[in-house]
Amino acid sequence: MTAVTTANGFALDNSGKRIVVDPVTRIEGHLRVEVNLDDHNVIRNAVSTGTMWRGLEVILKGRDPRDAWAFTERICGVCTGTHALTSVRAVEDALSIKIPENANTIRNIMQLTLHVHDHLVHFYHLHALDWVDVVSALNADPKATSELAQSLSPWPKSSPGYFRDLQGRLKKFVDSGQLGPFRNGYWGHPAYKLPAEANLMAVAHYLEALDFQKEIVKIHTVFGGKNPHPNWLVGGVPCAINLDGIGAVGAINMERLNLVTSIINQSIDFVEQVYIPDLLAIAGFYKDWLYGGGLSSTSVLAYGDIPDHANDYSPASLLLPHGAIIDGKLSEIHEVDLRDPTHVQEFVGHSWYRYPDETKGLHPWDGVTEANFALGPQTKGSKTRIEALDESGKYSWIKAPRWKGHAMEVGPLARYIVGYAQNKPEFKEPVEKVLKTLDLPVAALFSTLGRTAARGLECQWAANKMKYFMDKLIATIKAGDSATANTTRWDPKTWPKEAKGVGFSEAPRGALGHWIRIADGRIANYQAVVPTTWNGSPRDAEGRIGAFEASLLETPVADPERPVEIIRTLHSFDPCLACAAHVMSPDGQEKVAVTVR
Amino acid sequence: MTPAPEPMPAAGPVLVLGIGNLLWADEGFGVRCIEQLNRTHVMAPGVMLMDGGTQGLYLLHHVQAARRLIVFDAIDYGLPPGTLKLVRDDDVPCFTGVRKMSLHQTGFQDVLSAASLLGATPEAMLLIGVQAGELEDWGGSLTAVVRAQLDPAVAIALDQLAAWGVPATARPTASGTALLGPGLDIVAYETGRPDAATACRDRDDRFYRG
Repeated sequence: MTAVTTANGFALDNSGKRIVVDPVTRIEGHLRVEVNLDDHNVIRNAVSTGTMWRGLEVILKGRDPRDAWAFTERICGVCTGTHALTSVRAVEDALSIKIPENANTIRNIMQLTLHVHDHLVHFYHLHALDWVDVVSALNADPKATSELAQSLSPWPKSSPGYFRDLQGRLKKFVDSGQLGPFRNGYWGHPAYKLPAEANLMAVAHYLEALDFQKEIVKIHTVFGGKNPHPNWLVGGVPCAINLDGIGAVGAINMERLNLVTSIINQSIDFVEQVYIPDLLAIAGFYKDWLYGGGLSSTSVLAYGDIPDHANDYSPASLLLPHGAIIDGKLSEIHEVDLRDPTHVQEFVGHSWYRYPDETKGLHPWDGVTEANFALGPQTKGSKTRIEALDESGKYSWIKAPRWKGHAMEVGPLARYIVGYAQNKPEFKEPVEKVLKTLDLPVAALFSTLGRTAARGLECQWAANKMKYFMDKLIATIKAGDSATANTTRWDPKTWPKEAKGVGFSEAPRGALGHWIRIADGRIANYQAVVPTTWNGSPRDAEGRIGAFEASLLETPVADPERPVEIIRTLHSFDPCLACAAHVMSPDGQEKVAVTVR
Repeated sequence: MTPAPEPMPAAGPVLVLGIGNLLWADEGFGVRCIEQLNRTHVMAPGVMLMDGGTQGLYLLHHVQAARRLIVFDAIDYGLPPGTLKLVRDDDVPCFTGVRKMSLHQTGFQDVLSAASLLGATPEAMLLIGVQAGELEDWGGSLTAVVRAQLDPAVAIALDQLAAWGVPATARPTASGTALLGPGLDIVAYETGRPDAATACRDRDDRFYRG
């Protein structure tokens, strides 16, 4: 290849200077990205590589299906609960187990809690520093910062003294040389556009979010019995309900429900008075930086989640949108069938795995995970020290999932685009409000900034939906229904000899599916297709590029040695490589290493 | 390897934390120490045993709340596999950051620096690390040399707890309730592992130890 147009319509040219970013930091797991720049330092080719091996499937073979959630919860430190939820749904689907209404409600609260927590932490602690210059905050005027904060939000922590103290603490921290979470920043880079006062406000909220996030996860402790690693249960949820009970240990009582309600209210306040105003304020300074759209304007996929009614996974019951959009036709929402062997398929033509016929994709129920680390003939360097990968050969530990052959973007932006296209007011109205506030056209949604904004809106949506489900839970319990688990099919003797099922959810990062086959009471095959498998996908046999690669194209890079633009767009996906591919190199480096060739 | 005496009075919460990924051979050492300690001992009031897994920021509030902290972890410091290494107080964050063993970019040293940013780090910290041997055996358990350090590591923690004035009490029989999820306690985890014929053990050539 020098210059080609891919089967999904992107122009690629790998003749220019190659930049390697490995590892990309402030993400979960290991990701390597290589891009080619033209003479004007615009990205003309992008190659995204999961540098870890994928092996969940391998270790679950032969295990008890009722234990699978506990293993999947250990894959990664972030989406723990969402994997556990998806796993128990897959087993329940295979064994036709119906869960009680309260179990569905509690699971929704757990999942929404995860969304609120994950989005908040992503925005402030993994992504904000791509837009906010921490070092510049040291030069801010605390009084002007206070005025700025008070013009944006009624949030009470906004006095000049508050920002002055905060600035002092920050200075002490930076002066100590222990940059901690602020290391690896491209501080002073011209791509940072915020005035010093906005930077100081954002850093203050970084710290407040850090302090507040710990409250949110207490909800997992209430319903999951402990945190980290809350408990889940095939057939329902493991917590009993006894409203009149007392004490901190044991069944869910009124005192604990009141604690959850209080945390939900605080979460809504924080998101609406801190996160959303910050998002809008920061976005206002980056309105002319609308790169990074990639696949979002053409191909997006959402499985849907948060069933309003127990055991009803139909699109009508799912409160998060379900459907696929292809070829940019927002007027046509396609039904997605996870059981249909022609819908979701994984390809390995450019992935380090072996299939009997690599021109064909495999549906996850028939999935094969057999490693095959082979490099293309144009690879530069050696097997153990790769200087530049050859994207014409195999180049990633991530498989290439496709929906009816299409490469798709998943995640909050995909969900909001599907919801918008379906004219669902809960999704469309907030999007229109944001666009109006920023004075931007709908097309601006298809960008890095759009992805980041959709995540913020979804965080607000999720916090409010938690309240809805808490009210529902309390109403159901007060009406006399305190059932939380259905154990009638707990005993494997009640199971068919062979069964297969699929569980799905919307993880914070996007559509997640677990496909299971059970034989003689044990797991015969288990395949997880995770959000970052979709977004971080390498090319397929026909050369279609995935969402990460597409999103980087046509972006100008101001300084190839410090490619903050690349990091910014990749972070907007909230990549989680820990489960997209599973094992890391033992010598993983600390720094973002950038090599220009 | 007797821990240095601690002059501090016995007050404030103590967190005993095991970190690492138990699905990853020797990376599971920290969590297995906690499992073992829970099986054999009852903690004094105010002492919390925690299986921290690879949870990163989710651990922040527990670390912030602790006045004293013991961390069990697998480390990679180029020592002979199975070597125990004790690190104290201010050296702990630097040490855990030397070579990254956790899956997480938001690794444990980031948890400590976040706690420091928020102005609440434990007054005393003890890291009980073991040099890992095998890391790439996905789905595997501790190697023999690392497993042999479970008892010594736990003994060091017990001595430290006693020195802090919060000694643990041995259970009459090693009968502590299961701390980890179903199928994850060390016996079920090891006996339930699929054999190599069922589940291919091949892995990344670059990291394969020859």
